[in-house]
Amino acid sequence: MTLWEVDIYPASGHVDRLAAAIVADAEDLQIATHLEIATAHGFLVQADFDAQHIQLLADQLLVDNVVEQSVVAPTGDPLLAKPPVNIYDRLIYVMPKPGVMDPVAQSTQAAIADFGKPAEAVRTFRKFWVGGLDDAQTERLVTKLLANDSIEQVIQGPIQLERLSFGTSQPFELKTVGIRALDDAGLERLSKDGQLYLTLVEMQTIQKYFQELGRDPTDIELETVAQTWSEHCSHKTLAGKIAYKDDKQELRFDNMLKETIFAATQQIRKTLGEEDWCVSVFKDNAGIVKFNDEYNICFKVETHNHPSALEPYGGANTGIGGVIRDPMGTGMGAKPVCNTDIFCFASPETDPASLPQGVLHPRRVMKGVVSGVRDYGNRMGIPTVNGAVYFDDRYLGNPLVYCGNVGLIPVDKSFKEVQPNDLIVAVGGRTGRDGIHGATFSSAELTSESESLSGGAVQIGNAITEKMVLDVLLEARDRNLYSAVTDCGAGGFSSAVGEMGEEIGAEVWLEKAPLKYEGLSYTEIWISEAQERMVLAVPEEKWPELEALFASEGSEAVVLGKFVPTGNLKLTYNGNQVGEIDMKFLHDGRPPVVRDAVYMPPAVEKLELGAEDAASLGNDLRKILSSLNVASKEWIIRQYDHEVQGGSVIKPLVGIQNDGPSDAAVVRPVLNSRKGVVLSCGMNPHFGDFDPYDMAASAIDEALRNCVAVGADPSRIAILDNFCWGYTDRPETLGSLVRAALACRDLAVALGTPFISGKDSLNNEFSYFDENGDKKTISIPPTLLISAMGQVDNVSNCVTMDLKSPGNRLYLVGLTKDEMGGSHWSLVHDKNGGQVPQVDTDLSRKVFTGIHEAIQTGTVRACHDLSEGGLAVALAEMAFAGGIGANVSLDNIPHQLETPCVVKLLFSESNTRFVCEVPEDAADKFEAALAGAPLAHIGHVADHKELVVLHGETKLLDEPIELLKQAWQAPLNW
Amino acid sequence: MAQPKALLVRSPGTNCDLETAHAFELAGASADRVHLNRILENPAILDDYQILALSGGFSYGDDISAGRIVGSFFRHHLMDAVKKFHDDGKLILGICNGFQILIKTGLLLADDERGLPSSTLAWNDCQMFQDRWVNLKTAGEKCVFLQGIEQMYLPVAHAEGRFVARDEATLDALEDAGQLCLAYCCNREGEDTVTFPDNPNGAQRHVAGVCDATGRIFGLMPHPERYIDPTHHPRWTRGEGSDTGDGLKLFQNAVAFFG
Repeated sequence: MTLWEVDIYPASGHVDRLAAAIVADAEDLQIATHLEIATAHGFLVQADFDAQHIQLLADQLLVDNVVEQSVVAPTGDPLLAKPPVNIYDRLIYVMPKPGVMDPVAQSTQAAIADFGKPAEAVRTFRKFWVGGLDDAQTERLVTKLLANDSIEQVIQGPIQLERLSFGTSQPFELKTVGIRALDDAGLERLSKDGQLYLTLVEMQTIQKYFQELGRDPTDIELETVAQTWSEHCSHKTLAGKIAYKDDKQELRFDNMLKETIFAATQQIRKTLGEEDWCVSVFKDNAGIVKFNDEYNICFKVETHNHPSALEPYGGANTGIGGVIRDPMGTGMGAKPVCNTDIFCFASPETDPASLPQGVLHPRRVMKGVVSGVRDYGNRMGIPTVNGAVYFDDRYLGNPLVYCGNVGLIPVDKSFKEVQPNDLIVAVGGRTGRDGIHGATFSSAELTSESESLSGGAVQIGNAITEKMVLDVLLEARDRNLYSAVTDCGAGGFSSAVGEMGEEIGAEVWLEKAPLKYEGLSYTEIWISEAQERMVLAVPEEKWPELEALFASEGSEAVVLGKFVPTGNLKLTYNGNQVGEIDMKFLHDGRPPVVRDAVYMPPAVEKLELGAEDAASLGNDLRKILSSLNVASKEWIIRQYDHEVQGGSVIKPLVGIQNDGPSDAAVVRPVLNSRKGVVLSCGMNPHFGDFDPYDMAASAIDEALRNCVAVGADPSRIAILDNFCWGYTDRPETLGSLVRAALACRDLAVALGTPFISGKDSLNNEFSYFDENGDKKTISIPPTLLISAMGQVDNVSNCVTMDLKSPGNRLYLVGLTKDEMGGSHWSLVHDKNGGQVPQVDTDLSRKVFTGIHEAIQTGTVRACHDLSEGGLAVALAEMAFAGGIGANVSLDNIPHQLETPCVVKLLFSESNTRFVCEVPEDAADKFEAALAGAPLAHIGHVADHKELVVLHGETKLLDEPIELLKQAWQAPLNW
Repeated sequence: MAQPKALLVRSPGTNCDLETAHAFELAGASADRVHLNRILENPAILDDYQILALSGGFSYGDDISAGRIVGSFFRHHLMDAVKKFHDDGKLILGICNGFQILIKTGLLLADDERGLPSSTLAWNDCQMFQDRWVNLKTAGEKCVFLQGIEQMYLPVAHAEGRFVARDEATLDALEDAGQLCLAYCCNREGEDTVTFPDNPNGAQRHVAGVCDATGRIFGLMPHPERYIDPTHHPRWTRGEGSDTGDGLKLFQNAVAFFG
């Protein structure tokens, strides 16, 4: 057996692009200027090959001889330790730690076998030659740029390994945990040290349960309870008892979510009666609504924040991979048709020297997250069509990564029901030690220690495995080969089987799970969150056909147990019983969480504006366009395939040069139909600093107006809530969340817009010790994402936001108010105070309906909503996206300002406003469609290339659109 | 002749097969999506078809390099069957990942004297996956799929699409033979320099697609199946584009070839 090393370098005359990227990043992160570095990638192949065979493999399989060259030798050979050029004095290898998913190695091993002789093991690596750095600089380069300690190992100097190490089998040993004898302190210690993250009351409940049984739990029983009761799986805080108090009212909830957001949906459905278009809400993995006679559509958005903080690429990768499995595991399985991704980061300009220990630089986080989403979404063949990125320095230790997926599901496949004695079948990826304790870890606060403590909670995805499952799953669905399906997410088999068997009972034979490598204990098999796995309930007589179908496409399916109607969850390993818990205790035994929630409105500060504030309006506009939240995200969007599946109608970038910011995306999920799905979102964390109620209301209004702006029917928009909050054990933090939930309830009911699914991620805080040894905590701002899924009957009626033709009228629809609080104008001027934008739902309903009618009747050539930066930014974006100027006057704008102030008219961020471009001959029809809504004819599309805005005789803005566009495009054009 | 039948190869990670099948159907062919394993089990299945199509996607995750693993399967198991298919006067099309596969097989462009590909599709110069629309122009009359087409506007979506030949002589020979049949171009008035993003990946001689010596095997990086409906055009709301979409003609040509 030889361990061969194949090093692959760019061929001479070809640029080492990875090296160039590292040099640039090293300069950005102040690690080194003018770094000398050369890179290679390669393979370690452990096999009985002679030199001739490995050379053949290198030539015909591993190396692209047109652009690459290779060095092939057994590890330890001096050839491999010879630098390509003499300026390099250090050699660094980076490779996945043993046990970490290495998809390329898996494929390579299979392809090698096709050459006639199998290899025993393969691992990939990256190899770096570095020159001119001292030890400390090298260390910084390695930890900050080249490797991530949570998943990768670093070898300095030549590889001396002779064999690749993998897990070895361990003898079976049943472990019990002596919980009955513990005192409270002991229980708390057990919860923390065992990474169970349960509260004392919960630990006491478990203790009592086993005291009554007269025995101690096994480790797997305790883990099962911890997974099931985790915040991530049970949402115990928000679905718990809450006593809420604010300045005007006191409210008591038995189940806060049920009584606010769910209740709103129930009320809407009741009001709709026969016209109810919701199908399945808040119970399956995704919410389902009607689409056409043949299909329903479902939608789910999840977060993957903590894993992305530790390992941005893997965290985001498995975030999108995980949420795609939600529609796949909804009803009898939906086909994923588009993705949405929203991120929150600290400024990429953060001084690298200022980073607390354990925090990755925001630039690295952002690049990693974007690549992670890109590589999974693109490989799955699902277009990523919608997204947003928000920046605030409070996301430094806790970036937020929201991933969402829409699925298409046949009407008659929208529900599932496990039948007694169905087989429990696991399909897809193998189980490994990856992602142990992800579910409970997500309940913990991140600290500078998290990296070492919870590295195992990070998973790496393999999109192709998931795509293979998807391909056969839908075929199996259409052949009616199973009675239920769900995905393995947080908690792994423990959660998936536990949920599916809740009403019946289940017996699981843990040794049947296919493993990536030996050495996993029965408990690790049960709670591993290894990716790309799903669980099916299969009637015994259907099993042979299902097994053959999966095998025919090389996807693994095994029988893991049976839904035996005992009401118990019984776990065995090679015939040994390792756990038995009553399903009732597991699902209903958790003591209710009771929390106090308090909201005290901050004092309203006035925002006083003087004449000097209107002195440089053009400059203000450019500054807002250049602010990170507003600036073009083209660098990200272009890396996502947003057209795969062939149904693209409105792309995320629109306009004469395909680079303007679309309000929403539209896709046709059924290629022989003209019906479209519209995807958009709304979020404004800055408003939350003023009032979380108004933040939530504004986010809903924003998501809806984005959807309506491209042509969605406002009476057919379904929305999702994703709450990311700080430490909700603090009554004030929970209070702000309840207040946001109340807004969600009120707005949903008033607008007739149902929530169909949602998710929360709590305890998003980061703690560290500063240079003086003082503990510091950064809590994220309360961050509510509203995602909207709309529908258009005929996509040919859709409109985009770019200005089209000189001479057309421009209308402003909606009411401008004195609402500068949290605005981007305030942000770029570093000013506080003012009223945060609120929503007048009567007005919104009227405006949304009117805009929709105007678009449907073909009177609108362009439509754009007003959000960050208000009217000025909306006009600028429409103009530069269309490559054409505009002449606008502020004189007739419908407003509620005490005195018309140009700063407010231009930059107020009042909700429910649109600018519409309307041909002269359609003006009457347009105005008729919007009868009763405040609107004004404010100007015309011009035949020049400037944005000109007048107030009376005063010229407020006269800006060349090219300069505005440059300001907007420059900041994130990486 | 009866309606031609297209076989779309599905392998782990293939993902544009449904919309490519839809494009063939719109053009008048029938289309079956068949898993690679079925073809490996029974290469004679090809006899039932007139068009063999490899659609876009990430076969085997682009592991090792894009198209490499399926290309290797073709070389080891399907060469005789596919060569016979081609010798029978039938058509082979590779789009994006399908092009990446074809170029690794030696079917599209002849191998060099060591039996290795003399051209490749390497990483984009910009080092990133890019989804953007590009202008294309055709060269010569050789390629069956491009008959009657002078220009097209289509999207690309790939990370490894930079056409590179081993040397200038290889490029010259291909060009002289009319095999460099599709190129990125620039359609802005008064400008004729083609740089990024007009050429989205830095391909030599702006090559976007190549055909074999017979013109019946064609590989291209752009996605013709993504422009077969007027609302696919990125500026259709501005009244731009055509009623059918530039990509459809390419599929219609394949069908017409058997007419």
